[in-house]
Amino acid sequence: MAAITLNVNGRAHTVDVDPATPLLYVLSDDLALNGPKFGCGLGQCGACTVIVRGRAVRSCVTPVSTVAGAPGADIMTLEGLGTVERPHPIQQAFIDEQAAQCGFCLNGVILTAKAFLDQNPKPSDAQISQSLATTLCRCFAHTRMLRAIKRYAGRA
Amino acid sequence: MKKLTIDARQAFAQAGFSRRDLLKGAGALVVTFSTASTARLADALGVGQGQFGTQNARVGAQLDSWIAIAADGSVTAYTGKCELGQGMYTVQMQLIAEELSVPLSRVKLIQCDTSVTPDQGTTSGSQSTPTNFNERNLAQAGATAREALLRLASERLAVPVDRLAASDGVISARGDGSKRVGYGDLIGGKRFNLALSTTAKRKPASEWTVLGKPVPRVDMPAMATGQFEFVHNVRVPGMLHGRVVRPPAVGATLVSVDEASVRSLPGFVKVVVKKNFVGVVCEKPWQAIQAAQHLKAAWTPGAGLPAHRDFHGFMRRQPSRDALLVNSKDVDQQLARAASVITATYLYPYQMHGSMGSSCAVADVRGDRATIWSPTQSAYPVRSGAAMILGLAPENVRVVFTRGSGCYGINGADTVSFDAAVLSQAVGKPVRVQLSRKDEMAWENYGLAYVIDQRIGVGADGAILAWDYEAWSPTRGGRPGYDRPGNVVTGMLLGYEPQPFAPRTPAPEPGGRFNNNSNAAPSYVTGCVAGRCGGAGIVKSERVLSHTIASPFFTGPLRSPSRLQNTFAHECFIDEVAAHVRADPVAYRVRHLSDARLRAVVTRAAEAAQWEARPSPRPNLSRTGVARGRGIACVAYEGDNGYSAMVADVDVDQATGAVTLKRLVIAQDCGPISNPDGMKNQIEGGALQGMSRALGEEVTWDDQKVTSVDWRTYRSLPLGFAVPVVESVLINRTGVEATGSGETAITIAAAALGNAIFDATGARVRQVPFTPDRVKAALDART
Ligand code: FES
Ligand code: FES
Repeated sequence: MAAITLNVNGRAHTVDVDPATPLLYVLSDDLALNGPKFGCGLGQCGACTVIVRGRAVRSCVTPVSTVAGAPGADIMTLEGLGTVERPHPIQQAFIDEQAAQCGFCLNGVILTAKAFLDQNPKPSDAQISQSLATTLCRCFAHTRMLRAIKRYAGRA
Repeated sequence: MKKLTIDARQAFAQAGFSRRDLLKGAGALVVTFSTASTARLADALGVGQGQFGTQNARVGAQLDSWIAIAADGSVTAYTGKCELGQGMYTVQMQLIAEELSVPLSRVKLIQCDTSVTPDQGTTSGSQSTPTNFNERNLAQAGATAREALLRLASERLAVPVDRLAASDGVISARGDGSKRVGYGDLIGGKRFNLALSTTAKRKPASEWTVLGKPVPRVDMPAMATGQFEFVHNVRVPGMLHGRVVRPPAVGATLVSVDEASVRSLPGFVKVVVKKNFVGVVCEKPWQAIQAAQHLKAAWTPGAGLPAHRDFHGFMRRQPSRDALLVNSKDVDQQLARAASVITATYLYPYQMHGSMGSSCAVADVRGDRATIWSPTQSAYPVRSGAAMILGLAPENVRVVFTRGSGCYGINGADTVSFDAAVLSQAVGKPVRVQLSRKDEMAWENYGLAYVIDQRIGVGADGAILAWDYEAWSPTRGGRPGYDRPGNVVTGMLLGYEPQPFAPRTPAPEPGGRFNNNSNAAPSYVTGCVAGRCGGAGIVKSERVLSHTIASPFFTGPLRSPSRLQNTFAHECFIDEVAAHVRADPVAYRVRHLSDARLRAVVTRAAEAAQWEARPSPRPNLSRTGVARGRGIACVAYEGDNGYSAMVADVDVDQATGAVTLKRLVIAQDCGPISNPDGMKNQIEGGALQGMSRALGEEVTWDDQKVTSVDWRTYRSLPLGFAVPVVESVLINRTGVEATGSGETAITIAAAALGNAIFDATGARVRQVPFTPDRVKAALDART
């Protein structure tokens, strides 16, 4: 066990955990966040995605020690992006398009798309698809999700 | 700390419970009723006590078990049909808002909590809309409540009912706005004390202002912002974390467990062993995962599995339980007279629900009481099953449905609920269990593999004279129901037997009424049994013979169970026959259908897709390069529970066998539409999920164990695949009963795709999934 400080959604938290613990468990258990989800634990589905240093990171396969403490290593989760009252524009786009069924994958889909679009503001459709090549939605709300992503991309 | 939701608190308060009644123990959400208070609550809500093995027959006889009106006039409704991602929560709110003429914002809905909601069995089988939106149950409760409120207002205002109008939760005299009274003033906080009326009139669709509208999902903002609380996010104070250790092979049994191998690990609490059930409990999730990995357990070898490659042949050779759905007894004669006889065999693999999130549940079992937060589709049945396993009285077990990942049938939700219950009982503390990806995938109740032999005789005029169907499919377990926990893996490991399988050959002659039996009967036959015909078609000479065999794996309903597999075979086969007689596939279908609604969806889909009438394959085929084609398929789901037709446009790369979907057009008739956007969402998702199943999904195994245990070994089309355009044509038919709409489009996807590949290339692929290798093999086999 070790004391590890994490900057999550703009706040610092210190937790006492095994440094090898994947970040996901620290976020969802120790910090009681609902956004990141366990889907596969294998880096194959995207459900656990968080944004670290502007990049989409799969927290289920990221040891917590590798994202500890350093300034600039801010971790953003879906709840850090916006709220029900003030959703982030990409969240609003998903709401407007009614782009989900069970909603379990939304965390991964929205954060993966956001991290990609932040770095590629004017992507082609093929690039968008490429960025989602290993992100899953088992309800297959694909058409709506892609519409939401493009709606947000058009606005950005 | 997790608290009761406002809705739940209000519901309990309305049932005569104080907050103190509810919150016993350390402030946790542990609703521990005394037996007397349980009975009082049940009585207050008109819900009798369920027993093992039964669904409460009195369900919903009383209006108060469905609807309560608070002093402020807000309406709380109770339903046993839950939100699974299909939109059922929002649309049931619409229903209540509509029938009671209150704004949506004044409606609260409490779903699937065994302590307060009516026992409506399982949320499944496209039965929620038929059950709660036609003239019974929740819809009828709404109508009964509205009429009761009008009668009360009539007395209060001294105005005849027919001169009153309800709007916005207020009843007023037509033409005299000064005479008005709100629902809260009429009945707020009191019970109706009325039986559900069988004669109360639903609002006609022509007057709908909330129902029938594309009302956005009320849960969407919370889901999109990470605020939504799934069962995975339930946190009970003092909660520990469990992990199960499943056998390494199918049929392996436990020899020994070495607790010392994990005792010194950080956070370790306990190893739990019961017969072949093994689990560990630790303080934190990651610790539980480590402990499960490190636990030394010895198992016997597995029972051995039939070869995956030859599984379809294996099924044909097994002792089977046989059933005849229809048998006109002239099929052989008709086939003998036919101008030509066409035969084909279609093969379908086991597939899995493969939920996005592996299944999770939280249980708090202390002494003789238990609460289980479960994503099950079957709250009441799971309550009975858990009570059996725990040795508790069912009335002392409360199952609170809490949303999980989309399940599409019986994923690991029921089994993990049992896992959590067993582990919690063993440590006397609340325990959360989430399955590993592998445990979810290797042990779930798979959708059925199938072998389907088809034979059709056609006359000189091209018309179908006789249709002969014979199929083999496996079964083991299924939904646990109220008294069969052995139908899922946890129950089996604990020593409960799955549903027994009894071979029976030959099949008895069909009796009673015609039963479409999961679309085993093609849409094109008359479906005549004992002189009464229930089919959707005109082919009189018909035989439908099904063989069920014992499955080596657990099986269960996977979205459109058997309907999809059967429809794949029927809709590809009629296409083959149409091609044989050089008929246009749309016209040929319509020619053999008698059901007007099914014909209408076929025609509408074809129109919307600008269908060009001609036989398949398309003229001037080229054997190389990328070929484009279109295919159609249709279904009357279970004969009369939703009508759908799909036109698929595809490209086939003839060098590689890779298939690209270009456009899907789906026309659908589900009776009166409650929420058109919700229906579209279901159509779009169903169509693409169907395509993922058709193109890549297949359970695999070696001689001991399942080998498709993650997203590399079980292929699901990702967000980034070349997603086709999906267009839906909604046919809103009022004046008929509402049907399901969640399983129709998926049912016809594989067939529309197979027919499109044939149209493009002249190659017929008869085995799902249509992997590039299989498509390539079919292309190479063209003569
Ligand atoms: S849970 Fe991390 S990628 Fe699936
Ligand atoms: S909405 Fe259910 S997994 Fe995407």
